[in-house]
Amino acid sequence: MAFEQVLQYILSGVTNGSIYAIVAIGFNIVYNTTGIINFAQGEFLMLGGMTAISLSQFMPLPLAILFAVIITSLAGAMIDFVFIRRLRNPSVLMMIIVTIGLSIVIREMALHIWDEKVRSLPYFTGSEVTSISILGAYISPQVLWVLGVCGLMVLLLGLFFRYTATGRSMRACSSNKTAAGLCGINTGNMVTISFMLSAAMGALAGCVISPITQTQYDSGTSLAIKGFTVAILGGMGNSTGAVVGGLLIGMLESFSISVLPMAYKDAISLAILILILFIRPSGLFGSREESALKEF
Amino acid sequence: MSLKKVLALTLSISVCMAAAGCKKAPEDAIKIGAIFSVTGGGSNLGAPESKTAKMLVDEINAKGGVNGKMLDLIVKDSESSPEKAISFAKQLIEEEKVFAIIGPSTSGETMKIKSICDEAKVIMLSCAAAEVIVNPVAKYVFKTPQKDSHVAMRIFDTMKKMGINSIGIISDNTGFGNAGKDQLEKIAPQKGVKIVISEVYDKKATDLSGVLTKLKARNVQAVVNWSIVPAQSIVAKNMKQINLNVPLFQSHGFGNIKYAKEAGKAGEGIIFPCGRLLVAEQLPDTNKQKTLLVKYKKDYEAKFNEDVSTFGGHAYDAITILVEGLKKAGSADREKVRTAIENLKGFPGTAGVFNFSPQDHNGLGLDSLVILTVKDGKFVPYEKLD
Repeated sequence: MAFEQVLQYILSGVTNGSIYAIVAIGFNIVYNTTGIINFAQGEFLMLGGMTAISLSQFMPLPLAILFAVIITSLAGAMIDFVFIRRLRNPSVLMMIIVTIGLSIVIREMALHIWDEKVRSLPYFTGSEVTSISILGAYISPQVLWVLGVCGLMVLLLGLFFRYTATGRSMRACSSNKTAAGLCGINTGNMVTISFMLSAAMGALAGCVISPITQTQYDSGTSLAIKGFTVAILGGMGNSTGAVVGGLLIGMLESFSISVLPMAYKDAISLAILILILFIRPSGLFGSREESALKEF
Repeated sequence: MSLKKVLALTLSISVCMAAAGCKKAPEDAIKIGAIFSVTGGGSNLGAPESKTAKMLVDEINAKGGVNGKMLDLIVKDSESSPEKAISFAKQLIEEEKVFAIIGPSTSGETMKIKSICDEAKVIMLSCAAAEVIVNPVAKYVFKTPQKDSHVAMRIFDTMKKMGINSIGIISDNTGFGNAGKDQLEKIAPQKGVKIVISEVYDKKATDLSGVLTKLKARNVQAVVNWSIVPAQSIVAKNMKQINLNVPLFQSHGFGNIKYAKEAGKAGEGIIFPCGRLLVAEQLPDTNKQKTLLVKYKKDYEAKFNEDVSTFGGHAYDAITILVEGLKKAGSADREKVRTAIENLKGFPGTAGVFNFSPQDHNGLGLDSLVILTVKDGKFVPYEKLD
């Protein structure tokens, strides 16, 4: 295989991989504070993309994206306020089923608000036909946007969890909810913030990928499945794991295309997942002791 | 009784009444079932089909119905899922006891219910393209869109004129994609075109740059994409992005301007065979279809405020053919209507002029297709129209 081709496959893998990673991190944020998997995570991407597309008719693109992120994160907060908080003695299973139900409700609502048509945001720089050459491989400038935004989000999130009081409180909740509560942390609010944060991240990712992948009322589902796979692969709750897992799956998929028919793409990534779960049930970066303590 | 119970009771009573209210269609109306992919992957097909069918049935009923009887259209949204299409078909046949079924929108769904309708002796007028729907012929199954084998032939003929000899094919994993891929692979050797590589992608694929890189490495002279899903626009964008600058051919599944709009500048120059509906105004006045094409296009665009697509036209044809069959038969007798449709000749529709026969339940010839291309975001004829 020529060098340019290898590079082309790498770039394609990194693009898809970083999208998977962002969805996986969204899963992780909520998982860390509540111990549940929010199956409506994919819908946040769709909501963000769709809202931005509608708003971009009336305002410049950056403003539309900003509002889309704000609106989606408010929707995330609503999910916690209206549903998760109201549950009395919620079991993990109960909360998970609530999120599955919500994902269906959000999808149906989107179908009624926007209809079934496929839409997309305009390219941030250049247009559909702009192509940049990197050492002989060609990519759309939008791919650089995806990589840049995903990288920046991972970085900022890392800093947020490490250096801010809110971030630390959220980590405390993840380690031990009761102890965090005893230290004066409002664990309920932390859950709300985690939903808002994951919704905002999802919305931003949904906007950046929209020019490439296009957005439709049900486009969140397949992303959520891939993101979930990646989150499990990297180890639930582990952001580094999500990034590594995402890039790994993205690369594997794109290189599998080069040697096998494309139809086997998903089979390859799922086979790898099963293999890893056999060898390391807690994921690549998850610790075995930690996962033993979790309910789910 | 507690307040909650009262509320629940009132609610259930009103639901019952609403349900009863819906069923006020006259007893002797002719019930027609329709299964369309209004949502899901085939929504760009099913949504215009459903709108068209409703519009047309309202129009027919306003004019006094058929043979003095009203038409009662029951539309089901299969969400582009063959499994749902099966259960809706059974429901329409067994519970609703419909006279005929219009649709489904996609080939995969149609193939799943082909034998169900045939065994139940219910006339089905499919709006899907694959040739396998009518080959082998099932007694009660008809279809209105052009055959995929004809589309493949027209694509190869155009390629030969352009001097293209080696191509790459990509298709989606729906029934339509698979059937089209088979036809392309079968007909290519006859036309002297070499298929260097043929790949299948998932119908929900959102990025095809990987598989296109593979095509690029094999130095193909043209790419043929055969699908109905939104990936039709993604293919065009991805090709430009990885700098694969060869002609892109699509199937007649591209006959919705939305796909071209989604592809934006990358959609320019896409070549595809299609019915004459999209270029209705540009047809010469001698064309047998022109009057009805222009009228349908005008009615649809005025009513729904969106561009007309060939898919809505397939539902239009299915209903007009059924109505013509009913008129010819003179009564709602299934066997008579079926025979009437089978012997329909020179009947103009949106997809072409239909000439049915016991061997041909599609009734459209190669001349029903014209080659179109995208220019300045619009569909224009690639060759001179006739």
